[in-house]
This record gives sequence, C-alpha cells and structure tokens, in this order.
Amino acid sequence: MKEFTQLTIFEDQAQSTCSCDGISAATGAAVAQAERAALKRYTLLGAPALLLWFGLYSVLEPTAQAITYDVLGLDHGGRFADALAFFLYDGPKVLLLLTLVVFGVGIIRSFFTAARARKCLAGRREVVGNVLAALLGIVTPFCSCSAVPLFVGFVTAGVPLGVTFSFLVSAPMVNEVALVLLYGLMGWKVAGLYLATGLLVAMVSGWVIGRLKMEGHLEEWVRLIHAGQDLPDQELSWAGRIQAGVTAVKDIVGKTWPWVLAGIAVGAGIHGYVPEGFMASIMGRDAWWSVLAAVGIGIPMYSNAAGIIPVVHALLEKGAALGTVLAFMMSVIALSLPEMIILRKVLKPRLLLTFVGVVGLGILLVGYLFNLIL
Amino acid sequence: MEIKVLGPGCPKCHEAEKIVREVVAETGVDASVVKVSDFQQIAQMGVFATPAVAVNGEVKCVGKVPTKAEIAAWINR
Repeated sequence: MKEFTQLTIFEDQAQSTCSCDGISAATGAAVAQAERAALKRYTLLGAPALLLWFGLYSVLEPTAQAITYDVLGLDHGGRFADALAFFLYDGPKVLLLLTLVVFGVGIIRSFFTAARARKCLAGRREVVGNVLAALLGIVTPFCSCSAVPLFVGFVTAGVPLGVTFSFLVSAPMVNEVALVLLYGLMGWKVAGLYLATGLLVAMVSGWVIGRLKMEGHLEEWVRLIHAGQDLPDQELSWAGRIQAGVTAVKDIVGKTWPWVLAGIAVGAGIHGYVPEGFMASIMGRDAWWSVLAAVGIGIPMYSNAAGIIPVVHALLEKGAALGTVLAFMMSVIALSLPEMIILRKVLKPRLLLTFVGVVGLGILLVGYLFNLIL
Repeated sequence: MEIKVLGPGCPKCHEAEKIVREVVAETGVDASVVKVSDFQQIAQMGVFATPAVAVNGEVKCVGKVPTKAEIAAWINR
C-alpha cells in the first residue's frame, strides 16, 4: 500500500516518468530531462521517416514492374514474370504497411493495460460487458501465455464469465498483423469484414457462454483465490509511448517478416502457376462442406496470421470462396491447441469444450453467411 | 533480497528472467532470483499479465519485460 501512495504522489508531479518508483527527486528530474530530449529526437527523426515511408510506398508498383519487365527483360504475361512481379510488389508493400500499423498499435496499446481492462470490465452487466470486452480485446496487449493469469484476474475481480470469454476470444482473433495483411492484399472491404465479424463472434460467443451459467465448471483453485489487490498502474510519458511503438515494431515485424515473405512467395507461386478457377471445386461456394472442413482443419492448426494470409489470398484469387477462407483463417488464429492446453488449467473439460464449440460454431456461421451473401 | 520473475515460460518471460539475472550480476547486489511458473502462485500475487517481476514480495512491473534501468532502480534501494 505504501508503494501505491508513493506512486500516486509521484504521478501528480507534472512530469510523471515510469514505473520505477522510489527514485529520488534528483534522479526524477534527470529522467524527465532525458525523456524530453528523447521526445525531441523522436520528433526530429519521425517526420523524415514518415516522408520516406510514403515516398517508398508510392513507387512500389512501378518499381516492381520495372524490375520484372525492364531490368530482367521478362515477357509480359509469362508465368514466372507474373509471380515475380506479384512478389516484388506485395512483399515490400505488406512489410511497409505492417511497420506503420504495428508502430501505431504499439502506441495505442501503451494506453491500455490488463489492469485497466479488468477495472473497466469489473461488475459490468452482460451485453454491454460483452461488447466492451470484445473491443478492449483488440487494444489490450496480451500474449497467449498470459491467458490464464488474465482469466483468473478477470474472474476474481467480478467480471462475469461470459464477458471474460468475449475478451479471450477477441484478443487473439482480431489481430493487427492479420488486419494489415488483409487490407494490403485484399483491400479494405475484406479487412473490414474480418474486423466486424471477428468482433461479432467474440461478443456473441461470450454472451452465449454467459447464458449457459457455467461458473461451476471452473477449477476449484480459481475460486479460492482472493481478488488480487490492485497493483499500481504504470503511467508512461510520450517518449515512453513512442518507445513502446518502436519496441512493438522490433518485436512483431522483427519476428514475423520471414513468415510474411515466405507466405507471399507461396502466394506468388500460386498466383503465377495455378490455373484460374482451380480452387473453385474444392473451396468454392458450391461445395457446402468446405466451410465445415475448413474449420475442422483450422482448429488444431497453429500458425500465425502472417504466414497464412498471403496463401489464403492467392487461393481466393483462384476461385476459393471468401466465407470458407475467412472461416479457415479465423479458426486457425482464434482456437489453437497450445492455448487450450493452457486454459485447461483453469477450465474443467466441459467448459473448455463449450468454449471451443461455441466459438467454432460462430466461425462456421460467419463462413456460411459470407458464402451466401457475397 | 529475493527477486521473483513470474511467467509460465514464453519467450518474453525467459527474456525477463535473463535481464534480471544480468542486472543482479552487473550490480553485484546480494539477491536470489527465483522463476515462478506456477499459475496458482502467480495469480495469488495478484498478477494477471506476464512477465511480471516482484522484489521482496512487492510486484514492481506487470505485463512487460522491464528495462535494465528499471530493474536497477528497484534493487538499488
């Protein structure tokens, strides 16, 4: 408690710094000065970097065309030329988009912490709670191994079970990397559909689980834990937030770029070599079982969005139906075996199965809906 | 001094443990570093995002890998 009051006082001073409490006033001032300097540096670096970004982005297509047809002298319409032009354009484009968006999301996320999400959702009624939880799931930083502590934290703070699930579904499902890839490769309509339906599945499946009143199917130890004390929240300065954005880029883009490029390479191959309409028979709209099969295959699969979306894009181009493809992608991202194994520590088998069933069903419906209306 | 690194064992948790050990070694502080990966224990400490670091039972940071400067500030008191 003592620490908490200290921190509050510290934050009240105009320049709050970081979570490192207990630093003397002198070091506090030094830190504040260093942060002002850092902010200035970021601003000075940021403007040219942004200009460079837009410059690069605008010359991507002509450059890809020029390299393929002029520099390498390949014939227009050739299979290899098609694949290469596709790769040379889409690869850098997606990486550029990814960097900018991940940076932005990194900054936005610095405003949200798990502790704040918990406080915000505690005692919420269903419906409003489900909607809010699904939205918070997008912006709250969350790694899958935090699922259990987070789950316990939410439940012990009085967040209804269904609302907690809305959060747990939306957090991995609506993923910024997936969003960028969908936008970059397939345009804003598909990206928007993914965002809207992802949120909808999270809200509705959380609400359904809440209606089923399965609170008794939590493992015993969860209920025995007392509501954790509220830990002091970490207040960041703007320099700290920009730093968080940079860290997110290093972390996410740094780790996913090989997957993105590999995915786009496979996509480029499909684009150049697979005949038009080839996928229509297997993953097309008329194959009624395809959505079911897509979800069935997708659930136990564990891949990141970065590798799978470029492939999915190419399949779509060759006649696969959007609903089928969307359902496949969602089941791969939202329901993964490793996460279930972790969640089994807090959920009894029946609740775990209900969770998989309800979310799987939601994704299935989304798949059929899109195949029907598009 | 007892420093606990709370985390089930994802890459970020390992990174947090590594960096804490580094700072302890660099500063020469007499501290034991313990890794806690049991969910029950983690939850009991009121932590619901990992990695988290606690010094002498006081939770100092939650849901991120702390920087060296932050860790140094916690243990140099």
